[in-house]
Amino acid sequence: MRIGVFVCNCGTNIAGTVDTKRVASEALSFADVVYATNYMYTCSEPGQQEIQRAIGEHGLQGVVVAACSPRMHEPTFRRAVEKAGLNRYMFEMANIREHVSWIGNDREANTQKAIDLVRMAVAKLRFNNPLFSSKMPVNKRLLVIGGGVAGIQAALDCADGGMDVVMVERKQYIGGKMAKLDKTFPTIDCSSCILGPKMVDVSQKENITLYAASEIESISGYIGNFTVQIRKKATYVNWEACTGCGLCTEKCPSKKAADYFNEGLGAARAINIPFPQAIPKKAAIDAQFCRQLNGKKCGVCAKVCPVQAVDFEMKDSIVTEQVGAIIVATGYDLFDHSAYGEYGAGRYPDVISGIQYERILSASGPYGGHIRRPSDGKEPKDIVFISCVGSRDASVGRPYCSGICCMYIAKQAILTRDHLPESNSYVFYMDIRSPGKNYDEFVRRAQEEYGVQYIRGRVGKIYPRGDRMVVQGADTLLGVQVEVEADLVVLATGVESSAGAGELAEKLRISYDQYGFYMESHPKLRPVETNTAGVYLAGACQGPKDIPSSVAQGSAAASKVQSLFAHDTIETNPQVALVNERTCISCGKCIQVCPFGAIQWKELRGGIKKAEVLPTVCQGCGVCNATCPPKAIQLQHATDNQILAEVNELCA
Amino acid sequence: MERTNTLSIQQSRDNDFIREVEEASGQTVSKCYQCGNCMASCVYTFAYDYPVTQIMRLTQLGQRDTVLGSSSIWLCANCQACTTRCPQNIDVAQVMETLRVMSRKANTVSQRDIRVFYDEFLRSVKTFGRVFETGLLPVYNLRTKRPFTDFDLAPRLMWKGKLSFLPARIKKRKKIAQIFEVIKRDRFSKDGKARPEPLSSQTDI
Repeated sequence: MRIGVFVCNCGTNIAGTVDTKRVASEALSFADVVYATNYMYTCSEPGQQEIQRAIGEHGLQGVVVAACSPRMHEPTFRRAVEKAGLNRYMFEMANIREHVSWIGNDREANTQKAIDLVRMAVAKLRFNNPLFSSKMPVNKRLLVIGGGVAGIQAALDCADGGMDVVMVERKQYIGGKMAKLDKTFPTIDCSSCILGPKMVDVSQKENITLYAASEIESISGYIGNFTVQIRKKATYVNWEACTGCGLCTEKCPSKKAADYFNEGLGAARAINIPFPQAIPKKAAIDAQFCRQLNGKKCGVCAKVCPVQAVDFEMKDSIVTEQVGAIIVATGYDLFDHSAYGEYGAGRYPDVISGIQYERILSASGPYGGHIRRPSDGKEPKDIVFISCVGSRDASVGRPYCSGICCMYIAKQAILTRDHLPESNSYVFYMDIRSPGKNYDEFVRRAQEEYGVQYIRGRVGKIYPRGDRMVVQGADTLLGVQVEVEADLVVLATGVESSAGAGELAEKLRISYDQYGFYMESHPKLRPVETNTAGVYLAGACQGPKDIPSSVAQGSAAASKVQSLFAHDTIETNPQVALVNERTCISCGKCIQVCPFGAIQWKELRGGIKKAEVLPTVCQGCGVCNATCPPKAIQLQHATDNQILAEVNELCA
Repeated sequence: MERTNTLSIQQSRDNDFIREVEEASGQTVSKCYQCGNCMASCVYTFAYDYPVTQIMRLTQLGQRDTVLGSSSIWLCANCQACTTRCPQNIDVAQVMETLRVMSRKANTVSQRDIRVFYDEFLRSVKTFGRVFETGLLPVYNLRTKRPFTDFDLAPRLMWKGKLSFLPARIKKRKKIAQIFEVIKRDRFSKDGKARPEPLSSQTDI
């Protein structure tokens, strides 16, 4: 084989601590290497042309590039060698940037390590074979997990493009957190007025199948061909029949059920429809509070239901859907402020969270849109808002900024003044983060036009005095301790990852960070892709986000799906396991260990059974390769011979 | 720090001071993002010349003289409210303690009375092996030129058995005095640097 080696300087990224010229000249002494050089930026257009020129001039049959991580530029160089007529798998990359130059300053040691890595890459390349991908059909149906505003946007965009969409929502209604909000910043437009029509669209589009009160049970398959099992949770109401008339809720004698939608501020009935605009507008029974389901004699709802929709015997059921791509839009949860002992740890009824205040402000909320204190129902006169509760606080394990609280506090303070013109609002803040279009102007308006008092400092503690709360904080600009007597304290609780985010990530085989937010493929250039092909992200499941950004990501993910679905077929990855039937001893161990179920029995003539890999299902993990006793199953492009060649060079 | 209109950030910054505070306290002062929670939680903010948030800020800026000469570090009661509430997990009370030690070493204690109390307290321990309040308090009062302060409390305390006429008897009081000698010797033997094993060979207190 005739091999060419190209050592990249990467400006000073590599050349700064690696003698690239020496690496190239050393490479010339390796077996089969006929050409070696170093270049300023190998990934640049002229850099790639240099490779292509050398392939033609020197009759190269394989190319090694020693540069950055293959995750960065392997596709670039594979395309480059392919253009020059080589098979894209006759290319190897030695990572001498992330693995060498960036992590050590010892020039001599770095150069030596770079030479070793190049030697290993050359040794492997000598055992490489051309590989060819095949084509397989794409199932042009989309699964959207999560029915918040990001998921709704993604589903509607794709449905508008003519695709079939399956939407799965854990709660019994779609709309997510946005459905609970009263108004939205910075325009103060009504949240349900702008979200409502989109929710209705989801229910009315014929090519959107909505599974509410459902969760993902399992996911198998791969890009273009996923099989998804969905658990439809028992709602004890036949939704086919339910008309959403609300008679059952009216008559239900269990009147102290938890009111999740109103964040615990009111009480719900055991059978209810969470809010008037709910989509789907269907009743469901909260089994925890239902008298009948807890062994008591009741069944009132079943008696009054005009369409006999109530079914106490209902069980969870599993449905299976075939899709080609998945958009994950599972949203976020809000920090539980009971971690803050100094703020009462949730014991004071008049110290509430931001989302609770949102329900109080809302006309469909527990107090009908009149601002009252939860403790005694009085109108508050002095309201204190405290920012960064569960944000930018390493002591409660939330060192990141939630990004939305500064804005929603300003909005709530403005709305408070609109509702109660005689009231005073105070905001304790550390910094004001308002980097959006018209955002900072909005915060200025809260201060200048609405007279909201902003105090720069954190709050040390809150304690009761009479029927009011004393908020003791600091004004760091003055360097004094300050105290505000308040009737109501609103804590701007921060954003955290959605409950169960980790379990879902494992089902989807996508990665998540230490706080449970899903990892995008590249923080800047691939913001809605994951590292699992065919799985995309939208909204706050990827990190704290406001509504405009969530909607933008929903549309972005939808456009990624549309570009995927623009093709009828996709190319398979040929780096999969392959069985040598001559040496296979039919022990079946590979079938047992394969985590993807990608290996099955194949019957040859005469009834002999041999293992067979389904190349479209195989993910190329190599477990079978490591397990196979006679080494009959080999992972292409990482065969035993290729890996041993590398190890031999390293140990030589 | 004298109230000046302009503080020269470069010229007034004492990097050694920042390093010394960090090494002695085990805390990273640059972690402080000036939220003010320590100041908000501190019961003595009203009495401090610089609230604790500003002590942290002055330390970040390397203002050695201002910090070590402040009254705040001596008025601090070490109640640890600042440490408990700090969102950045800084042990602020430990920083304050470190600053007190540095201030005493540098002989820049701004509160003479407090320094006298510490000195007399330790002298009492050295002399008697344990604090002798009936001796300590009059001496402290005399040295701080207010001889009759709290004098009226003495009979009631004696009646309750909280004060006694004679110092308590403890065993091996000379060994306690030795601790002071050893520390003093170590302190001044090599450029004020403490030796690693000060007591182990000779103590059986």
